[in-house]
Amino acid sequence: MSDSAPADSGVNWGLTRIRDRALDPFILASVRDGDRVLDLGCGGGDLLLRIKEKKNAIERGVEIEGSLAAEAISKGLSVIQGDIQENLLDLGDDSFDVVILNQVIPIVRELVGVLLESLRVGRKVVVTFPNFAYWRTRSHLYWHGCLPVTPSLPYQWYDTPNIRLVTIKDFRALCSDRDIVVLKEGYITLAGDRSARPVRGWPNFRASSAMFLLAAPS
Amino acid sequence: MPSQKVHQEAPAGRAGAGPSGSVRPTESVGVVKQRSVSFDGPDHVLRLESGGALSPITVAYETYGTLSPKRDNAVLVCHALSGDAHAAGYHGTDEGEKPGWWDILIGPGKPLDTDRYFVISSNFLGSCYGTTGPTSMNPDTSQSYGLDFPFFTITDMVEVQRWLLDHLGIDRLLAVLGGSMGGMQALQWAISYPDRVAGCLPIATTARMSAQGIAFNEVGRQAILSDSKFLAGKYPNDEPPSTGLALARMVGHITYLSEDSMNRKFGRRFVNGNGRSFSFSKDFQVESYLHYQGDKFVQRFDANTYLYISRAMDYFDLVTDHGSLENAFSNCRSSFLVISFTTDWLFPPSQSRDTVRALRRVGKDVSYCNVESDQGHDSFLLPGHRMGDLVAGFLKRLSEGEGS
Repeated sequence: MSDSAPADSGVNWGLTRIRDRALDPFILASVRDGDRVLDLGCGGGDLLLRIKEKKNAIERGVEIEGSLAAEAISKGLSVIQGDIQENLLDLGDDSFDVVILNQVIPIVRELVGVLLESLRVGRKVVVTFPNFAYWRTRSHLYWHGCLPVTPSLPYQWYDTPNIRLVTIKDFRALCSDRDIVVLKEGYITLAGDRSARPVRGWPNFRASSAMFLLAAPS
Repeated sequence: MPSQKVHQEAPAGRAGAGPSGSVRPTESVGVVKQRSVSFDGPDHVLRLESGGALSPITVAYETYGTLSPKRDNAVLVCHALSGDAHAAGYHGTDEGEKPGWWDILIGPGKPLDTDRYFVISSNFLGSCYGTTGPTSMNPDTSQSYGLDFPFFTITDMVEVQRWLLDHLGIDRLLAVLGGSMGGMQALQWAISYPDRVAGCLPIATTARMSAQGIAFNEVGRQAILSDSKFLAGKYPNDEPPSTGLALARMVGHITYLSEDSMNRKFGRRFVNGNGRSFSFSKDFQVESYLHYQGDKFVQRFDANTYLYISRAMDYFDLVTDHGSLENAFSNCRSSFLVISFTTDWLFPPSQSRDTVRALRRVGKDVSYCNVESDQGHDSFLLPGHRMGDLVAGFLKRLSEGEGS
């Protein structure tokens, strides 16, 4: 990726704040006390700060948007403003216990590259994403015939930062194709009051967001 | 036993606000005193990178805030090319007096919070504001050194700052920071004394002076050297090579601004609203501004000193010193916060990113932000952007880390 100065994109990241925080408890549960944690696309550092404070973790973040990176550093977090992939390439194998890709799958360009590099750099990788096969999304498209705008996918088609959409089924298929080990899966749906509720059965239909805990092919 | 004479001893810490305190911002450190210490004797002969030796050496410095009983809250700020030790507060009580050069950052409640940190600022080696430099008296000739002053480098400056810290009884700095040439000193500190620096903040700077930077410095030096009043550096005090020194400053000043900030400040506006004069006098406001900056600089700076300092800047190159940037940083034990500014074209963001990449590659704890500002290189001295928040957050993190 280019090394040119990343200018702020103008995307209203505030829209995803609820969605991006919804899986925090699941992500926190994947981090052990004192772990080295790398949050790729850490935004303003809300999750990283919680991980640092609750898990006594050694925290590192990467964020391409200058205003968000500044926010995170101002909170006292170790964060580099820059490109995720470029940052990953410089890091040694297993240099982190946990690498986090929280809701960045829809927006990164070289997704498979980022995923595989994350699995090289981290012993475990936490991935979260909005599930496009969620029943509300399906029914929105089915009944209204236009692209859905939901708490998990809060943008209009013309101002979205997302360059791809994914379902739980699709993601499982990718993991299986690449021999990526799925250690754990977790699913939630955002209730009417926008609090996260865990989903048990039929996740690809009933979950609005998913979390995968991954490990490299052994 | 080194002889260390302390002149103008004044109580450390914040001076009282005094009767004039009410007219000044309450977050000011108030009236401060400059102090100096002289290092002499066999323990304090500076072996310069250029091969020579220098002794005695006097250092002018100021401090703000109070050193903690554990001596773990000291922060060293390093000034840039034409700066001095007066980083914050005021020397007098005149209402028109401008505060120190980094007053936006230093004071109670400010990012370098003097209620929490003990801030040290010294005039670097070779400058002309109280620390030994080309304008100082050469003990061998009883005249000022002039061009007999030895060449010095950023590394030499850091060595003298280290003497000052030893004198103040500070083993370990919570942080060292500086902008531009001050950032070079900060980087050199982390390399020269890895165990004495918890946090390093190189701001608007580079690990390796670029060809463009050297080029601008050379134009400035040639302006001085070709001034007929330069007289091989032996110009009398009352008749310095003003034209050359002013020109050097004018060129320098252009590099400190950005296209945007120049356009905003001056545009194509004419002086006094007059139109074209069809002459070579100062038609445009931007011309008038540069001449004003040049003339003002001549009143306060020395030409020989400018030559030496700009050379020290040119010679700063961690890549050549260590084989690679990665090698340069491999023994560092500090955390880093690298800051660049989006419109700085003298030390562009790409150069800061080179530093960040090398630090990352050797596994150092590094944070980086390219701060949005339209004010060019000068941004680090000016308010109106997020640098202060970043510095505050980083220092908070350091002081929490130091405690554990």
